[in-house]
Amino acid sequence: MNAQLQPTGSAYFIAKETQSVESHTLSVLVDNEPGVLARVIGLFSGRGYNIESLTVSETEHEAHLSRITIVTRGTPGVLEQIKAQLERIVPVHRVVDLTVRARMLGQERPIEREVALVKVVGSGETRAETLRLADAFHAKVVDATVDHFIFEITGKSSKIDQFVSVMKPLGLNEICRTGIAAMNRGPQGM
Amino acid sequence: MSGTEMQMTGAEIVLQALKDNGVTDIFGYPGGAVLPIYDEIFQQDDIQHILVRHEQGAGHMAEGYARSTGKVGVVLVTSGPGATNVVTALQDALMDSIPLVCLSGQVPTTLIGSDAFQECDTVGITRPCTKHNWLVKDVNELARTIHEAFRIAQSGRPGPVVVDIPKDVQFATGTYTPPSVSPIQSSYQPKKQPDHRRIQEAVELMRTARRPVIYSGGGVVNSGPEASRLLRDLVEITDFPITSTLMGLGAYPASGKNWLGMLGMHGTYEANMAMHDCDVMVCIGARFDDRITGRLNAFAPNSKKIHIDIDPSSINKNVRVDIPVVGDVGLALEEMVMLWRSAAKDLAKNRLDDWWTSVERWRARKSLSYTPSNDVIMPQYAIQRLYELTKDRDTYITTEVGQHQMWAAQFYGFEQPNRWMTSGGLGTMGYGFPAAIGVQVAHPESLVIDIAGDASIQMCIQEMSCAVQYNLPVKIFILNNQYMGMVRQWQQLLHGNRLSNSYTEAMPDFVKLAEAYGGVGIRCDKPQDLDAAITQMIDTKAPVIFDCRVANLANCFPMIPSGKAHNEMLLPDEATDEAVANAIDAKGRQLV
Repeated sequence: MNAQLQPTGSAYFIAKETQSVESHTLSVLVDNEPGVLARVIGLFSGRGYNIESLTVSETEHEAHLSRITIVTRGTPGVLEQIKAQLERIVPVHRVVDLTVRARMLGQERPIEREVALVKVVGSGETRAETLRLADAFHAKVVDATVDHFIFEITGKSSKIDQFVSVMKPLGLNEICRTGIAAMNRGPQGM
Repeated sequence: MSGTEMQMTGAEIVLQALKDNGVTDIFGYPGGAVLPIYDEIFQQDDIQHILVRHEQGAGHMAEGYARSTGKVGVVLVTSGPGATNVVTALQDALMDSIPLVCLSGQVPTTLIGSDAFQECDTVGITRPCTKHNWLVKDVNELARTIHEAFRIAQSGRPGPVVVDIPKDVQFATGTYTPPSVSPIQSSYQPKKQPDHRRIQEAVELMRTARRPVIYSGGGVVNSGPEASRLLRDLVEITDFPITSTLMGLGAYPASGKNWLGMLGMHGTYEANMAMHDCDVMVCIGARFDDRITGRLNAFAPNSKKIHIDIDPSSINKNVRVDIPVVGDVGLALEEMVMLWRSAAKDLAKNRLDDWWTSVERWRARKSLSYTPSNDVIMPQYAIQRLYELTKDRDTYITTEVGQHQMWAAQFYGFEQPNRWMTSGGLGTMGYGFPAAIGVQVAHPESLVIDIAGDASIQMCIQEMSCAVQYNLPVKIFILNNQYMGMVRQWQQLLHGNRLSNSYTEAMPDFVKLAEAYGGVGIRCDKPQDLDAAITQMIDTKAPVIFDCRVANLANCFPMIPSGKAHNEMLLPDEATDEAVANAIDAKGRQLV
């Protein structure tokens, strides 16, 4: 979309972006209070940042803390700005760019995992093939009838993508994915 | 009232919390969902309530009050339309970093979400235009929340906050906790103290500078009078030339020897040339706004940049800097001045001579000149006369938005901080008059003038009724050219002189309008009558609308046309009709 680069006559100076875009995973520790997720999401939409994946859940009940994991894309300058803008939100305690920290630790990426539930409908010969492939992916059967399976699969997003694509010709019917949970390797905490 | 904990109704808690936070004046408008609070206001004398005529006016009044005093401005509005009407002022305060606490009524908690009468999702609507906001559903949380609202509004980078209070919470009885014992939200702890090493690096870089410039902004004013004093010290001991953004005017005096005038789109030639050619830029409490930088890839191309700002997200947002200093401007300047005094002893006295010679050459260009007239009042002349006749008084100036605002910034000399109230970031037409009322409430004996345009003033003119009610002798000085001048100027530059909807065909008679409200109207259309008319305005102890008829087609120069760099300014003596029409080439037209 280069429409963005050619607005109508106005007072604004639009410079072409020359830096390359990369995908980073951010961990955001927030007070678990009403509206906090809306603040985070509103920041992304309001300032035109991307969200590729977002997960949120309470992690420390007594301290009322939740952890939001966001996968976002942007140039290094934009990613730095996203972190600074997130830190400005009042109930945000900490923001860690897990991708940057992984690189500092000499690793390619942080640990990133996703859970998916995948429903496959079918009968007859394909069922054996379905089960065989599911086994190869270490996907667990969590529900089944003679007409369907529901698999639970955990792993990197790419593994789940692959599992979904092999299930497609075998009667893939419904998918639910959690989005990415992520953490840096090593003994050091967030 | 003693003891640390007391039982009160929610409405009583609101009033007690305001008093405990040092509030003496609030601006508001009643309605169904805030009646319990208004009932409490009726039964006390410590807090004065100013009844506005539109909630947007209340917001801008609180902004003017806050910016002229350094205190937090407080607004009280009802649910639904009361809250939505104040949104413009909240966003204005957010962009210009003005501390506001806005209390809004809300329908009872049991009705929230039912599309009740005068219900709106106030926290949802105001979330992106406040620093933080709260919906208080438990009366026992009310006192703590209001104390937090004041803490967050005025600490760090100041800004507006909203506390939305359902009507049943205002009636309910709960515990009041004073500010000293109320718990605070631990995630919000803005960093005030700058990093010592960064300031050392900054001073080291400044020592090596041969073509330095200081570019200061509204952050210096926000940091308090001490920061402005330190800025003046720094300029004096370094002998660096200094320019400022629109929001920062007055932090360094316009009469100061090192003053270059305002920079940016309508800044002076010397300020923009110094920015373009500098080798070291010291940005203090400013944020590299697009009106300042011009074309980013041609912005101060050969400079190293130091950036002092309390908001880490301002650093490297638009322009990458070499030495970021995160912290309070006042504290940073204090250390910088101290370090410079010892670090600069061995510097050659003449090291900046060549640079100052360049500056003098640019100054000699006289970029603010205009063609005087004996027949019609030139708008620049009107501001100059207003300045000469008010400069020795205790004067505060506010503006609306447009050409008159830029002329005021260019031609009115500000000597002190907190004397200049204008809508910089959001550019809100209708800001200046209510802001002036807010200033007058805080400074009843001072001369408060709203320099206005004929279009802007009509956006919040209803507050004349408020000014008359409270006997606030605010002066509205309208540069009346019958046009939305800045819109027309852009249409001339960018749209082939097709003046689409920028001419006001039916203008009110401003003198009669003033009289209809119970104020005083003055009209002047001859340069030779202007001084006497301005003097009459100053001497009138009532709200005045001054209809100053100025040259209709005057435009605001100098100007950096769109897509151009600081050193490609359009100067007034070059701005012939043809030059204006061709200022932006075909490529620029497509780009901007």
